[in-house]
Amino acid sequence: MYETIGIWVGAFFTLAIYSFLYKENPVYRLAEHLVVGISLGYTMAITYDVVLKPRLIEPLIGGHAWILLIPAALGLLYITRFIPGIAWLSRYPIAFVMGTGMGVAFPLTMKSNVLRQLEAAMIPFYQSGMPWHVVVGNIVLVFGTLAALIYFFFSKPHKGPFFGTGSKIGIWIIMLGFGATFGFTVMGRISLLIGRIQYLLGDWLHLIE
Amino acid sequence: MKRTVPLMIVMVGGILMMVQYFIPHQYSQAIFDAYVSWAPIIAAFALILGVGSLTRVHAHKIKRKSQNWQFSWAVLIPLYAMPILAHLWPVSLAGGMDPPSAFHFMFMHVQVSIQSTMFSMLAFYIASAAFRAFRAKSALATVLLLSAVIVMLGQVPIGDLIGKWFPQIGLWILRFPNLAAKRAIMLGVGFGMLATNLKIIFGVERNWLGGAGK
Repeated sequence: MYETIGIWVGAFFTLAIYSFLYKENPVYRLAEHLVVGISLGYTMAITYDVVLKPRLIEPLIGGHAWILLIPAALGLLYITRFIPGIAWLSRYPIAFVMGTGMGVAFPLTMKSNVLRQLEAAMIPFYQSGMPWHVVVGNIVLVFGTLAALIYFFFSKPHKGPFFGTGSKIGIWIIMLGFGATFGFTVMGRISLLIGRIQYLLGDWLHLIE
Repeated sequence: MKRTVPLMIVMVGGILMMVQYFIPHQYSQAIFDAYVSWAPIIAAFALILGVGSLTRVHAHKIKRKSQNWQFSWAVLIPLYAMPILAHLWPVSLAGGMDPPSAFHFMFMHVQVSIQSTMFSMLAFYIASAAFRAFRAKSALATVLLLSAVIVMLGQVPIGDLIGKWFPQIGLWILRFPNLAAKRAIMLGVGFGMLATNLKIIFGVERNWLGGAGK
């Protein structure tokens, strides 16, 4: 019974969202507003369960970890945003989260976005037993990365044999990459669409197995 | 107090957390552990700000009877009903306290359905965007078109029918030129992030202070 009602409700909201393809209407608007409320309400419930209860409330009550009153007080300062006279106090928790977050992120970004990428781009073109299409691919990968970087380098005019030719090759590589990414994204969305159609025709109407 | 102290907190916090990464000592580890336990607590309180702000906007719409004000109830009721259903009054649809709960029902059959349908609907918009973007007006647009078509057809059975080699070309494009472009973009993004991090830590970038209290 629970599953049946759930499928009917799910089918109703699926059709409500698809009705937007014809034009905007009250049923679509209802679904749109509902999802905002439900998802934020869900986040509140989960945040309490996963963060506030185990990390703040239980250690405070059970373990008397009074030091946690500091982050709690800092967090409460966010609410001063609603009181115009002392709204500037909300900058303190933002400053804490922002400063420490930036400090933690700096070496990690350096590692993951810069050093690891440079390391992965420095590969041998050929090793014994490597098929020819991988060799060509490795050459494209190394010179393509360099060319695309040249294209994004705007401190020098894109002229001459290095910057001019490099940026021209770079834009070709970028277009190939964008095309592939676009194709990949389309396939992902289409598979989601197929999933919803299967839900409507299979789970709901039982027209397909 | 209004601007200097927050800027100092950012600078001290940022430098401290940056330095602790490079000095693996028990004190620096203790600082990092404190950060790991404090940051989620502070961030969780930001949710109250978001919920309060959303409530204020929709309560205002209802009070003023603005256009489509009735739909604001569709935001506010589930917004407060979900935590109540999860903790204060965990109603079971099977009777008693057994699962499935009304909270679970709302998530699985309303939220998941609406969100996955919204994402799937993007397929239609992507198709219309493709119609405009994929016209082979220039050599570069043709490369974009060919690359997308090969990758798309390579992933479905029709690609195999064209030739056994066809999906391999799609994979090759994804594995090499696509990766080269992505890697260059990622490096650019990485350098941008590092520069922004430093600008915020050293107080060059101050937009995050906003205008609260001036």
